Order: sequence, then structure tokens, then C-alpha cells
Amino acid sequence: MAVTETRIVTKRLREFTEDSWTIDRYLATGGYEQLRRALTMQPVDIQDEQVKASGLRGRGGAGFGTGQKWSFLPKGVYPRYLAVNGDEGEPSTFKDHMLIERDPHQVVEGVVISAFAIEAHQAFIYVRGEFALGIDRLEQAVADAYAKGFIGKNILGSGFDLDVVVHRGAGAYIAGDETGLLSSLEGERAMPRIKPPFPAVQGLYAKPTVVNNVETLSTIPHILRMGGEEYAKLGVGRSTGTRIFSVSGHVERPGNYEVELGITFRQLIDELAGGVRGGKKMKFFIPGGASAPWLMPEHLDAPLDMDYVGAELKTMLGSGAIMVFDEDVNPALVAWRLLKFFAHESCGKCTPCREGSIWLERVLFRISHGLGRPQDLDMMLSFGSTIVPGLNAPFAQTTICAMGPSTMSAVVSLDRFFREEILEMCTAVDARPSIPVTSA
Amino acid sequence: MSFQPENREKAREIVAKYPFARSAVLPLLHLAQEQDGWVSPEAITEVADIVGLEPAQVLGTCSFYTMYKRDGQKHLVVSVCTNVSCLVNGGPELYEHLSDQYAEVGDVEVEEVECLAACDTAPVFQVNYEFYGNATAESATTTIDEYRSGARVPRGVSGGQRG
Repeated sequence: MAVTETRIVTKRLREFTEDSWTIDRYLATGGYEQLRRALTMQPVDIQDEQVKASGLRGRGGAGFGTGQKWSFLPKGVYPRYLAVNGDEGEPSTFKDHMLIERDPHQVVEGVVISAFAIEAHQAFIYVRGEFALGIDRLEQAVADAYAKGFIGKNILGSGFDLDVVVHRGAGAYIAGDETGLLSSLEGERAMPRIKPPFPAVQGLYAKPTVVNNVETLSTIPHILRMGGEEYAKLGVGRSTGTRIFSVSGHVERPGNYEVELGITFRQLIDELAGGVRGGKKMKFFIPGGASAPWLMPEHLDAPLDMDYVGAELKTMLGSGAIMVFDEDVNPALVAWRLLKFFAHESCGKCTPCREGSIWLERVLFRISHGLGRPQDLDMMLSFGSTIVPGLNAPFAQTTICAMGPSTMSAVVSLDRFFREEILEMCTAVDARPSIPVTSA
Repeated sequence: MSFQPENREKAREIVAKYPFARSAVLPLLHLAQEQDGWVSPEAITEVADIVGLEPAQVLGTCSFYTMYKRDGQKHLVVSVCTNVSCLVNGGPELYEHLSDQYAEVGDVEVEEVECLAACDTAPVFQVNYEFYGNATAESATTTIDEYRSGARVPRGVSGGQRG
């Protein structure tokens, strides 16, 4: 049987393409009803019986249990903050952009319910600065929600107070790291901070803080509507529910597809996204954004299951970005462009990432532009093992955030799947005179 | 240039939204750029005064973020994505074409940018942060020229709403 989307979070924006972002449409389609219900519950019950029971895992990339994250907040320490991560910058991920632009009230309702559940009275929604229209609509949604009493003092007569600020980023991928985001929100360079202390203990303004992704929080109202246990019946194993996958590159129908976790890459890429464009063959695909090691056509029958992809395929579903490349693509060129991205976006705090990304970019540039030398690939691996000791998945970390090891994903993938092709490409002779090495 | 009176008022409102004034650095820099078309040295000093930091601290933050332009006033910032989904769909060619075409045009600044999160419509470009997808050299030129002739009203240089 042909696979179909399971539209939960994307249902409204797909059905009402003309006005899905307006307060009127939101209210007409059940909007803010779950907030009304939530406010009659105990915060701890929302945490345990709904969110923890749902098995919901963060949709930003790391896939950490949302309810578990909330439970790390130290008891009795206030104020607490909720920071919402809408700084979507992982290459080829475009789901949060869509959710912010086309269903901003769903984000807001998720934010208010979650703030109530974690007993926070101030929430910040950090949105990528380039999402101009999305920011307009989200700010309008927040203003409408204030006007209707869904945000503000004594929300719907419950006694719960909450202020929500839409905070505009200014162009920095690393602000999408949860501690980088907090630095940025404090008016600094978006440099990640060493953990521990984790944000739940010392986050924004050194107070307990939860950082959740836009898609994660957009799912919260639906978990309440369905019931946590019912939501957990969707999906596979510990990957419960649905996820939005952004499929792009050489496919017939690029786009966002919300599917139940557990279907296969093949079903997603071939059936939903229409397969490789123009009748060509697939050469390789990247399963979870620029940071994820690559996969080959022989992996297409693997399930979209975060644990399986991590343990068996040594890569990750990450941010849910799936990039497909046809048989004519030069894999070295893709690797070079990804490293150019990392070199540009490295915040510069940790040496392995700052220096490593720039250096890898230069070597990959010469390989991909016909100037590679036979020893280049092994040189990158040798050098790269100082960024990722051992080069084995899951990648070890020598940097404060996960961006450091991410710089090696493409290089490791070239070695794993395209070693012969790369070596054939690397025929340039090192024209520099060899310097004799003398021992002291 | 310093903040005009209505923007001084806006700046006060922005600062009031945060528990600590320094959190307003990014929004205030956006406000300055909307007003002046760039972040001038004077704006850095003024933002620092408002939030109670040293100008060097504000400059340190400002220089980290690619959206802030510190090398003179801009009118139309054209951002062309060349990251991988655009790479295999003509993004680099679009960037080359536009940067050549507008090289001598003072009011258009073409820049190469990282993934803009609209890969289903690759190749993608923005004009003052308004999105245009499935672009060709011709369609992009037409769009940009419509902004230049006044047929389209652009957002601010920081992407703020106009009109």
C-alpha cells in the first residue's frame, strides 16, 4: 500500500493555504482549546502524563526527550525561562520556517502550554533574522494572543501570567545551538557555552531555562488533544509520533513531508517526494542535515527511526533534512560546499572547529576543482582525527558544541563510500620542492 | 546618525521587553539599520549608551552577525544561496550572474549566503529578506529591477516591514 503523510502539525497549514496563519482561522479550527484545558491541569501532570508519556523527542536535531529535559529543572528555583529555538539554519532544513510562517498561532499555543507546564513566566521565541515574513506573522500572532487573553496577566482567568517576546536573530548558524542561542539572547556573540552546567540548571541570565525547538513545541497542543499515551502509539520504538522531513535536491517533488516515524527512506524519497528527478539514479543522500554522515542507495530501506539510524547506520536523522543527489553529482563538490558552510559559520571559540573547518575547506576545494593530490584524502583523515578522535560514530567531541565533529561528517563519508572516485580525481602533483627532513 | 525621535521611543519599548537591557542589543542594531540602511559607528555608540555597555562590546556583538552591514549605507541587499540544495539547482550560477550584472550598480549589493531554509524552491534569493524561489537569471533580474524602479516596495535593509 502506498504510504501517505500523517498530518498532525501540518494539517492546518496544508488545508487552509489562504489564511492558516490568522487568529480567525486558528480559532475556527480548534485553536487555543488545548491551552484552555491545560490551564485546568497541574503543571506536573502535563509534564509526566502528557509530554513524558508521549515519548516526544526534540525535533531540532539532538532528539533528546522533551519531558526529560523539562524534568531537569531544579525544584523550587525561580524565575525560570522558556527559550524557543526558531533559528533554523542547518542546511536544507526548512520545516520551522514553514511552521513559523504558516501556523504561528500553533507555535504560540505550544509555547504558552509549555511555559505553564514548566512554571515559566517569560518566554522568548528566537527566530532566524532572515525569516522576515515569518517574524511579521509571528509578531502579529503574539499581539493577537495578548489581545485575546491567551498571553499576558491572568491568562483565561487561571491566575497564570506569561510574557512572550519574539526575538529576531541576525544571521549566525551557531545561534541555533541551544547555549549559543542563550548567549545571543543576552546580547552577545552567539558562542556556545560549556556544559555542565546545563541550561536547565543555569541558562538564560544564569537561571533555569528550557530550550525547545519550534516543531517540538508546535506538537505539544496535539499531544494534549490526543493524550500522551495515544500519541506514543504513533511511530516506532523510542521514535514516537510524526516528524516533518524536508526533502530537497534532485527529487521530483521537493518539500516538507510530515510522516509517522518508522516508514523507510525509500517510501519518503520515492513515493512522497517522487524519486530522483528526470529518471536518473541516486548517487547518495544525506539523511539529517549538513552535520550528518551520508548514506547510499543501499540504505534506502532503513526505517526513519532515530535510534536505528544512529546505531546501525552510524549517522543521524538530525534536523530532518534529507538531501538527494543524482548520479551526475561530484561528491567532492558537495563536501567542499558543506565545509565552506562550516568554515563560514564556525564561531571561532574552539580551535579544532575554527582551524579545522577552514583547513578542510581548502583541501576539499582543490580536490573538487581538479587540483587534488593523491595523499589529500588520507591527510584529511589524519588531520581530522584530531577533531574527532577515532573517527568512529558516534563522533567523539573535542569542542564545546557539536559543530566541531560535524565538520568531519562529509570527509568521513567521502572515505567510506567514494574513496576510489576521490583518489582517481586526485592526480595533481605537489609542485613544491620537497624539504629534506633532517634529524637533530 | 542617531535615532530619530520615533525610533528613540521604539528603542525604549524594546528595552522594556527584556529583564536585562543588554538583551536588546540585537533588536536595537536592527532598528538602527532599518533607519540608516547600515549600522554606523554612531549607532554602535548610541546602542551601547542605551543598554549600558561599552561601544566595543556592542561592536564585538555586531561584527559577529552577517545581517548587520557596517561598510556603508545599503538600499537593496540581494542574498543568493549557494549551499548544497541550491548548488545542484543553479544557485552558484545565479549568484555569479547577479553579482556581475550589478557589480557597478550602487544601490544593489549582491551577496552569497548560506542556506535560507527554502530549499523546496531552490535556487533561492532574497531582496531585503523577501523570499524569491525557483529563480532564473531573468526572473531575478526582473524582480530586482522592479524594486529599483519603484514598482515593488522593498522591506528595510534589516528586513523590517514597510508601509
